[in-house]
Amino acid sequence: MKPKTYLPEFNNARRIVWLSLGAFAMFFLLLARLWYLQEVQADQLLDQSENNRLRFVPVAAPRGAILDRNGKVLVSNTPSFSVSVIPQDVKNKEQLIDNLARYLNLDRKEILDKWSKGQGRAKYYPLVVASGITRDQMEFLEENRLSLSGVNIEMKPIRQYANGDLAAHLLGYIGEISENELTSDRYKEYNAGDYVGKSGIERAWENYLHGSDGGRQIEVDARGRFLRTVEETDSSVGNSVVLTVDLDMQKVAEQALGDQAGAAVAMDVNTGEILAFASSPDFDPTLFAGRMPPDKWKEYLEDKRRPLENKALRGMYPPGSTFKIITAIAGLEEGLIDQHTSVECPGYYKFGNSTFKCWEKKGHGHVELRRALRESCDVYFYKLAERLGVDRIAKYAKRFGLGAPLGVGLDQEKGGIIPTSEWKLKRFGKKWYQGETLSVGIGQGYVLTTPLQLASMIATVANEGTIYRPHLVKKIVDFDGKVLKEFTPEVIGKTGLHPETYKLVKEGLFAVVNEPHGTGGMARLAEVKVAGKTGSSQVVKLRDSKGDVPYQFRDHALFVAFAPYEKPEVAVAVIVEHGEHGGSAAAPVAGRIMRSYFEGKGLIKKPVPKAPPKTEEEGEGAPVLQGAPAAPGQKPAPAPGPPAVQPPAATLPKQQ
Amino acid sequence: MFDRRLFTNFDWTLLALVLVICSIGVVNIYSAASSYREIGTPFFIKQLYWITAGIVLCLTVCSLDYHMLEDFAYWLYGGILFLLLAVLVVGKTSMGATRWIHLGFFTMQPSEPMKIVIIVTFARFFSRYPVFQGLTLKDLAYPLMLLGAPALLIMKQPDLGTAILVVLIAGTMLLYVGVRWTSLATLFAAAIPLVYGGWRFVLHDYQKDRIYNFLNPDLDPQGSGYHIIQSKIAVGSGATFGKGFLHGTQSQLRFLPEQHTDFAFSVFAEEWGFIGCLVMVVLYLFLILWGLGIASRCNDRFGSLLAVGVSAMLFWHIVINMGMVIGLFPVVGVPLPFFSYGGTSMVTSMVGVGILMNISMRRFMF
Repeated sequence: MKPKTYLPEFNNARRIVWLSLGAFAMFFLLLARLWYLQEVQADQLLDQSENNRLRFVPVAAPRGAILDRNGKVLVSNTPSFSVSVIPQDVKNKEQLIDNLARYLNLDRKEILDKWSKGQGRAKYYPLVVASGITRDQMEFLEENRLSLSGVNIEMKPIRQYANGDLAAHLLGYIGEISENELTSDRYKEYNAGDYVGKSGIERAWENYLHGSDGGRQIEVDARGRFLRTVEETDSSVGNSVVLTVDLDMQKVAEQALGDQAGAAVAMDVNTGEILAFASSPDFDPTLFAGRMPPDKWKEYLEDKRRPLENKALRGMYPPGSTFKIITAIAGLEEGLIDQHTSVECPGYYKFGNSTFKCWEKKGHGHVELRRALRESCDVYFYKLAERLGVDRIAKYAKRFGLGAPLGVGLDQEKGGIIPTSEWKLKRFGKKWYQGETLSVGIGQGYVLTTPLQLASMIATVANEGTIYRPHLVKKIVDFDGKVLKEFTPEVIGKTGLHPETYKLVKEGLFAVVNEPHGTGGMARLAEVKVAGKTGSSQVVKLRDSKGDVPYQFRDHALFVAFAPYEKPEVAVAVIVEHGEHGGSAAAPVAGRIMRSYFEGKGLIKKPVPKAPPKTEEEGEGAPVLQGAPAAPGQKPAPAPGPPAVQPPAATLPKQQ
Repeated sequence: MFDRRLFTNFDWTLLALVLVICSIGVVNIYSAASSYREIGTPFFIKQLYWITAGIVLCLTVCSLDYHMLEDFAYWLYGGILFLLLAVLVVGKTSMGATRWIHLGFFTMQPSEPMKIVIIVTFARFFSRYPVFQGLTLKDLAYPLMLLGAPALLIMKQPDLGTAILVVLIAGTMLLYVGVRWTSLATLFAAAIPLVYGGWRFVLHDYQKDRIYNFLNPDLDPQGSGYHIIQSKIAVGSGATFGKGFLHGTQSQLRFLPEQHTDFAFSVFAEEWGFIGCLVMVVLYLFLILWGLGIASRCNDRFGSLLAVGVSAMLFWHIVINMGMVIGLFPVVGVPLPFFSYGGTSMVTSMVGVGILMNISMRRFMF
């Protein structure tokens, strides 16, 4: 021991123990914290570490196609090439922009703008600098790949509408999913930025069309640079939807409607399959997928003919005289009339203090059922309606599927209105007036129907009592052509009427088209017997006004029909908004649609488009005229009623 | 001078302990740096060089009798203090701090040897200072001046981590010598305005940010709180058994900052889990207790104080570094001894261990 011990009581051992205990305590604290992080919070922190490194890059599945009943393509996908830049792979930004600008014929600034807009994004994320480039440009870029490091050419399928605007309402359009849709249950599997069907078939059959999106789980480093693909799920293409619609009939329907606002629905009488579903005017569905030019959008919104509305599905119109079919059926079934029950029509009917006018001011004179339907005598139906009362009319209307949506399989189908006294009390809190019944009897007043319902109604008359669910989709087919789902006719109701009722009503409808004084002569076909009913429904009470009525106050023109008369196959309902007379505005449209149907079946010869070398006659109508006499040869002339007495009438639709 | 007893009394346990920790460190650096695009010699090889150099230094230190230090103590103190002053005047600035000084053929960081020198200085001072029932305020005046001068100079560079370490090492030694409760209470009372003043006038904004972010790292998860959050994620996601060697995603994908140096332990914790951490903490605890054991077995006061000082130096490095990577303490650039990559830290720690061995094997010589 050296003599340094003059230092008093240096309690070495005790202090060392204290320091050791301190060290113990500190290390225990460290261990406790490690335990907390690695045992208690481990799962949560592990998740965070996974979130750090893994990113999901979705790959949208190509949408399924939409085909017509014969497999003709209505909507498909077409490749669209876009040029994108992956910032992490770019070596020389300035030079690359110069090259791209030169190769793509773009403004340098334009590329730079798009580039800087995506600056905040992760470095592995492709930044689209030009989209919709041509195939030539694409190939040129591919050839010059070496001088374009970091450039990616992407092929993205975009929707292609094979026939342009055709059936735009029916097919619908797609667009980026909206905030509202994202929060709804229907789209709970979707992510922001996904494209979904926004209307029509695209929307209603989204589940089948969409396909399953794939994606890549990628690993990125702390700077967000792509390192490797961890997992890849292939996207699988959506299924194709095969419609019941016939492309040719759809085309004819839309051509026949032309510029006029209106709708036409053609239906298979024996299955409920919809053959044509036209709403006019059309819109361009491709505009909705991309960026809609504001002036176009404004144009659509301001057009009085409401191009964006699917009138076949959602247009609600007073059925006018087409409703007389229901009134007549109600009268026959209730035993209030028979075929000989007659009414004297002086051109008006005085009821209480008011006078209800017949459209024929001179009056029809002596009228029984067949003539009442043929010439659409209002007075006959006023009197019948008066005796029936509104509730009995409504009973039969509803038996024919009117007044409620039929479930055609598109979103937002309208149901129309079939008024009853109870309905009025509930709706307006007022009791029903007898006078209102007279309006209902001729399809005016509160009665509202959609073109789809009218088509279904006349189809049910044609097939004598079976209401098939009108449907637009025949089957769902997957990518390999395997049928996943097939839609068979579904009976949603039976009217349960006496066969005699149908016989009498149908005879009347035959007369409408085929007899002199019939209001629907313009729907007549030379080769096939058509039966139908015209209608003009009042928009406002302007019956007395003379001269030119402003467009928006003109009557709607309606026509419902079926053919062939003996063994009905096709039913058609047409409405031309403000077309004034069903017989002149709507009946020819229906005629052309039915002609197209029978042309498709080979019952009517198609006019040869460029005829001049073949015939001396001028114009397209000529072959049809010549074909007319041939028709009876193919098929024996049907018995009832005089056959086409006025051959030129058959060509009228063509001249429309 | 070379006694045979020196060899028989050589502290093989301490050397083995240090080498085990160093080896684990090298393996970990291999993993931590495996994602780097390295130019030249890989970090783990360079670390092996540093370890070799460190061992040589360590053995050199322990071959010379530590009592020599007692004679040189104040000269050493004066020299390093001078260099610290010189740094402020002619120092090399990098990344906003002036810590390095050119000394002709090599560059050095005088704050680093100050950690050892303050130990030697305090040991020298208290080995000859009579203490009766703890140090009074008056007794503390001189030592606190000895401590304050280098501490403030280092803080000014600024190098908060080293300054804190120097203060903590000296403070631990003071506690070992014994401080009266009244003096402690008075010092704490005086420290409050001092800390406030330091916060207002001395600390740099980036240092304040670090403290703010330590208190609430979620304030700015992409900014300066990033380090703490990412490190906690790395450690926690290791769970019980870890993600496996070279499979730590946080480290391999470079979400961790400074992962081969200050955050090396996060890498280790992620890949080896709680079990690995437990092993490391136990090894370090054993190291510290071994050092304190040397202090308690040493018969002379200078040696005992020296051993406590070196143990305190290692202890505080370990606690502050580990506490930082697991979010207990704010981020201050303190390496983990023998584990983090780096020559400076390795040299300092090895010199410390050399001193411990020196004391350990000479305890029977008196």
